[in-house]
Amino acid sequence: MRRVVPIGPYHPLQEEPEFFKLIVEGEKVVDLEINIGYNHRGHEFISPTLTWDQVPFLVERICGICSDSHPYAYVLAVEDCAHITAPPRAQYIRTIVAELERIHSHYLWLGLAGHFIGYNTVWMWVWRYREPLLDLFELIMGNRNHYAINKIGGARRDILQEDHPKIEKYLDLLEEKNKMFTSAILDDPVILARLENVGILSNEEAIAYGVLGPTARGSGYAIDVRKDDPFDAYDKVDWNMIAFPEGDVLAKAKVRLIECFESIKIVRQCLKDMPDGPIESRVDEIPPGEGIGRHEAPRGEVFHYVRSDGSNKPIRHKVRAPSYMNIASNVVAVKGYSIADAALVLAAVDPCYCCTDRTMVYENGKRKYSGQDLLRLSHEKTEKIRRRYRK
Amino acid sequence: MGNAKLWGLKKSPWVFHVAAASCNNCDIEILDLITPRWDVERFGIVLVGSPRHADALLVTGVLNRKNLPRVLRVYEQTPKPCLVIGIGSCTCHTHMFESSYNVVGPYDKYLPVDVYIPGCPPKPEAMILGIVKALKRL
Ligand code: SF4
Repeated sequence: MRRVVPIGPYHPLQEEPEFFKLIVEGEKVVDLEINIGYNHRGHEFISPTLTWDQVPFLVERICGICSDSHPYAYVLAVEDCAHITAPPRAQYIRTIVAELERIHSHYLWLGLAGHFIGYNTVWMWVWRYREPLLDLFELIMGNRNHYAINKIGGARRDILQEDHPKIEKYLDLLEEKNKMFTSAILDDPVILARLENVGILSNEEAIAYGVLGPTARGSGYAIDVRKDDPFDAYDKVDWNMIAFPEGDVLAKAKVRLIECFESIKIVRQCLKDMPDGPIESRVDEIPPGEGIGRHEAPRGEVFHYVRSDGSNKPIRHKVRAPSYMNIASNVVAVKGYSIADAALVLAAVDPCYCCTDRTMVYENGKRKYSGQDLLRLSHEKTEKIRRRYRK
Repeated sequence: MGNAKLWGLKKSPWVFHVAAASCNNCDIEILDLITPRWDVERFGIVLVGSPRHADALLVTGVLNRKNLPRVLRVYEQTPKPCLVIGIGSCTCHTHMFESSYNVVGPYDKYLPVDVYIPGCPPKPEAMILGIVKALKRL
């Protein structure tokens, strides 16, 4: 018999309001309905009422986690429209900030993924090492989030020479910890059991649904704007695109973890190669015309389109964000798995079954298992899983 | 009963997090509060999973046409007295979304907000201070 398990719009562990309707048969998810729009604030409507230089602050607030990617794509679009390029130093600064943001975003996801499978240790550890990064943002840009570094024709703030050692120091710490997380997560039988072969999105489905970013790269579909259509400093530094063919949640986690190493590599090279010079070029007016900007946000390609009529405001501004495509692919990824796995597959959502550790079993009106019995059962199960995965 | 609840509330406020149309940053900073750096659980502030267990609501983001009825419903489900703490500039003055067609206006038209914490996003220290101020009002 089919039943419906509603998740949202205000679900305990869900950060954002969104509504998923899981259609289940017993424990198995057979279908998914997605209802979004709780967060609609009308950015594209507000944008033409602001001047060119005010819009970056608006698009920054589309998403707080990708708050560098949207203004980045927007300034690239306006620069394309006005036929200007940012001075080399500004290009490097923007690249550095974009990569630091990628690390921050991947860590955030990793922590929350740990939280969703009820493994709060992962969450606490990962977020602990995210904190110094936020301090770094505060040092470079003056705010922990919403950095406002992108400006049409350049960057708003310089990265000072005296800040380099602090950044380097953090990168060293991060590299060490990232190694630790990678080996800890890929070695943990419980995490492997929860992530491996769960939520598989095949390569064909990934292409059919037009998914982007780590979701696509985790399904062996290697697309990355930074490689395919390099901008700013991305073609001047050496880095690799990470892709895994399996398509399960583990592959996506691996993509994200290893991408952090690549980001560290990019930031190090940028800091070393950063030329001296001005950080912004003078922009007098935006001529009539249109332009596009693409940037690889932590979640995939962000695309901005602007049209100008020569006035001080855009007359049209279109935003295409990656999550819209990625969310739609949940419909195939979640089918056939159990409700408990759905939490993880939907990733941003948690139906709270997996953190229900206070189970009680009653038989003939009598409590069957005590707390100790449950603990023993859980240990036995972990041992069983460990044997299977460790061989 | 009322006194007992008030005593419990002051001692250990259980908070429920409601994201209206926010940009996520305020929400992340709220989650940051329970991670090791800030760790507000040592003050007895616990993030709970149901509005029915909540002593305080942490609201973030602007209200829009679609989520307004849901946010009000969450508020109705909370046992009273329930503090409402508005986090971020979005809750204080609808931020830069005031001119949008979908935003229904400031919070105090719909909800009795006790404390507003400005900032975009406010720093975790500011949030802790805000919660303390809200508790002092009781
Ligand atoms: S106040 Fe700022 S950070 Fe908070 S939800 Fe609003 S736009 Fe985002």
